[in-house]
Amino acid sequence: MAENTMTRAELAESVYQEVGLSRNESADLVEAVLGEVSDALTRGETVKISSFGSFSVRQKGERIGRNPKTGEEVPILPRKVLVFRPSHVLKKRINDSLT
Amino acid sequence: MTRSELIAAIAQRNPHLYQRDVERIVTTIFEEISLALARGDRVELRGFGAFSVKHREARQGRNPRTGESVSVDAKAVPFFKTGKQLRERLNGG
Repeated sequence: MAENTMTRAELAESVYQEVGLSRNESADLVEAVLGEVSDALTRGETVKISSFGSFSVRQKGERIGRNPKTGEEVPILPRKVLVFRPSHVLKKRINDSLT
Repeated sequence: MTRSELIAAIAQRNPHLYQRDVERIVTTIFEEISLALARGDRVELRGFGAFSVKHREARQGRNPRTGESVSVDAKAVPFFKTGKQLRERLNGG
């Protein structure tokens, strides 16, 4: 299956095509959107984008891990992880295009 | 934060833009990501994270309530891996 990778550049190009702004400003706005989402998550907020999905931050406790190569036990410190839950709409779109 | 709060935040920082245009920008970004995933493509946004589609094979599942065996079709699920920079920021980096 031919799999392509979309990057900021293509997102900025789509914004440029869709809205009458310059290419530079379109790129800046893609950055601004990602920045606002990141800032909200860093504040501990959940970010819900309807018909896309929600991003939330989960606190993980400390646990004992193991170095798979050496078998040595190493503590994994408590940390925060980001979880993305896709919406039903997004899941459906991905599966409908599959068949 | 919801989609409309995100739009409001961007609009506030960019007073020269019409609210309508900010809405189109935010909508376009998430729509393009969704379309890429529906094509089976990856979306890689350095520092933020990467979206991809993972394929799950058909399997024999079980209804946990009745214990009855049910077949689960093969499916594709969207997946997000947090970027290094954002992961570090979440942890005070």
